[in-house]
Amino acid sequence: MPATFTRHTVETERKDPGFGGKPPVDRRPTGGGGGDENWDSRHSRRHGPREQLIRYRMAVFSVLAADLVFFAVLVSAFFVRQSSVHIAPTDNVVSDWHPLSVPPILWINTAILLLSAFTIEIARRQLFHEIDIMEEWLGLGRPAVRRAAPWLIATIVLGCAFLGGQWMAWRQLAGQGFFFSSNPNTYFFYLVTGTHGAHLLLGIAALVFALVAMFRFKRVEMRQIAVDCTAWYWHAMGLFWLFLFVLLVFFQ
Amino acid sequence: MTTPPLTQRPRRLFTTNHNTLAKNYLLLALIAVITGTLLSLLMRLHRTWPDLAFPIHGIIRPEDYLALVTMHGTLMVFFVLTVVPQSAFPNLVLAAQIGSDRMAFPRLNAAAFWITALSLLTLLAAFFVPEGAPISGWTSYPPLSALAAAGPGQATGMDLWLIAITLFCLAAVLSSINFLATIAVCRAQGLTWTRLPLTVWSWLVSSGLTVIAFSALFIAAALLLADRHFGTSFFLPAGMVINGIPQALGSKAWGTGSPMLWLHLFWFFGHPEVYITILPGMGLASSILANFTRRPVPAYRMMIIATLLIGVLGLGVWGHHMFVSGMNPYAGTAFGLTTIAISVPSSAEVLTWLVMLFRGRMQLTTPMLFTLGFLSFFIAGGLTGPILAQPALDAYLHNTFFIVAHFHLVMAMAGVFSIFAGIYYWYPLLTGRRMNELLGKIHFWISLVAAYGTFFPMHLSGLAGEPRHYAQLAGPVESFTRLIPVERGITWSAFLLAAAQLIFLFNLFWSARRGTPASPNPWRATTLEWSPLPHPTVTSRPYEYGPAAGQSGDFHPQWEPEKPF
Repeated sequence: MPATFTRHTVETERKDPGFGGKPPVDRRPTGGGGGDENWDSRHSRRHGPREQLIRYRMAVFSVLAADLVFFAVLVSAFFVRQSSVHIAPTDNVVSDWHPLSVPPILWINTAILLLSAFTIEIARRQLFHEIDIMEEWLGLGRPAVRRAAPWLIATIVLGCAFLGGQWMAWRQLAGQGFFFSSNPNTYFFYLVTGTHGAHLLLGIAALVFALVAMFRFKRVEMRQIAVDCTAWYWHAMGLFWLFLFVLLVFFQ
Repeated sequence: MTTPPLTQRPRRLFTTNHNTLAKNYLLLALIAVITGTLLSLLMRLHRTWPDLAFPIHGIIRPEDYLALVTMHGTLMVFFVLTVVPQSAFPNLVLAAQIGSDRMAFPRLNAAAFWITALSLLTLLAAFFVPEGAPISGWTSYPPLSALAAAGPGQATGMDLWLIAITLFCLAAVLSSINFLATIAVCRAQGLTWTRLPLTVWSWLVSSGLTVIAFSALFIAAALLLADRHFGTSFFLPAGMVINGIPQALGSKAWGTGSPMLWLHLFWFFGHPEVYITILPGMGLASSILANFTRRPVPAYRMMIIATLLIGVLGLGVWGHHMFVSGMNPYAGTAFGLTTIAISVPSSAEVLTWLVMLFRGRMQLTTPMLFTLGFLSFFIAGGLTGPILAQPALDAYLHNTFFIVAHFHLVMAMAGVFSIFAGIYYWYPLLTGRRMNELLGKIHFWISLVAAYGTFFPMHLSGLAGEPRHYAQLAGPVESFTRLIPVERGITWSAFLLAAAQLIFLFNLFWSARRGTPASPNPWRATTLEWSPLPHPTVTSRPYEYGPAAGQSGDFHPQWEPEKPF
């Protein structure tokens, strides 16, 4: 039994008892077999599909918390390095920070990454659509996976395009004579784009894994987990990039 | 599913069973603590008898002394005080205490252990490379840690140190992710947040801190490696001159990097690290005090809030390590205030423990004795905390032995005593036997007296101005010669302290074979790690002790159903 989040409205809608009506009840009325036939609570706490999904999400969010600190430290180092100066023998305050105008291709890359956030979100939602996923669970074809696959492939293509764009940005900078150790500002440019790119490379690996997993994993819940966790990771990387991009463009 | 016999051996070696991993972690920490203790004894010998020549090595030179300081600190802080409370103990009891038979991510957990082991090997390898181990202290302040020319051991040795730390950060974050997910979703039926033992709450907070703090150190170490090898200058200031030689990279002079940036990043890790090492000990103290005074923890919810507050405030006090670093003095005042603030929840916990002792029916078993020792060191070392939190007082005391006394009491001794308490307490879970009580008590009393004998006089020599980084006191200047008798006393005491640990080691291995077999719940405890049932349903709070608590004796275990009224 997979986790779902879209229900038919007829299932969740509860009638307002109104003034003097019956008190609202927790359980949906069921036909026979006792009142506790709620599908969500049929599994034990430990092994239910929702608990399993939450467990993997917890891990991804913890990783992302660590990553958040990683990038926050990088950003704070950026500002500290930007403001650090030394006093030259001539009593001048000297800074070796030279503002860098970032290659304009970064704007296109950012747009590509934003677009990929939409494609992966669409893919993720396909796997939680109740009717499709229940059909899949019952073994009636693979409607959810077939709907999600094109969007995942689109995300992979967009992600590769983003990384290619970043590589071109590096080539352009290198062509202008700015290398990693040229200047404190270029350290940060290469470090920020490089570490973010490495994270995104992992993200693409995860996307490929999720794509394979959708077709190979026997349990529907595991297919959902693979796509869901990849999607959250990808969203976070998109969000991190927006902040890093603003830092690189506007805080020189 | 049947396992083919060929794969059984590697499976046993690369096990994902958390109990085996706990034993592995304990073994790793044992190697680290023995090495670290031997290094500290060498330091003590050198401080007392500077001209003593050792069989293979000869006389300890000043740079050797600094290498000893560096490796002692790194081994003890990372591989003992972090690994045991934050990796070994949770692997041993965390899953059991929340009524689960497995961790959320067993493979991730096992990977973390192997990365930790690799990290320890990398660190120890620094002794055997040309020029030996690094000499810039466990804090590795740049610019001296960023330049190979800064001294012996600062080339390959320093690189190995940085790689070891980077690996350790990775392992710490991975294992904490596993603990966080385990606590969040693997709890037994009915085990709500307010029914969790305080140890689990402590691991929740310390794992959260680990994820934050070690990520910061990870990137800091990466930046320092970039400074050393890729021509950047994050931490390297302009105009570096070492031994009269201006330092430059090729034709290019260093930029205007800021060593202060490393200090901020390092201590942003370093102070939460203190709480990562001590919070599990605080949770364990609450549990053991409740167990052996047969009283519930009063103000259980307040203890949870205090633990959370310590975690949150602990992220905002790092600047008190930097009062004399040239930081903005106003920032110093602010950090002084946050430091005073964090002593409030810490004191709340201490007062709760004292309340539990007051008129409690104390059972002085070995774990209880070590917990009382923990309490004693935590108070004795903690009382100098607010003194050092004053920037004006710290300006005088910072580079003296007063600081050494402070952190060795409040972090090292309190941490080690709570580790001992945990080992004596949970030993039946490891081996099915109990450790010998008489040997345990002898171990405790000698350790207690010798630990105070070692670290308490350092307050006095610190107040007298004894600097903490000097390899020796005797020399052409005679300012500190009158402190040499104190030094000698400290050394004898340190040797006594180390010798007492031989009793513990004997007890540890002897009891595994010959100890008294333990009953399933030898301490008559209430928390779930002693539960005979695999998947209990929990209906009660964690510390239900007292005459009115249970039907069968003076306690109500969490795995037993609600008592009828």
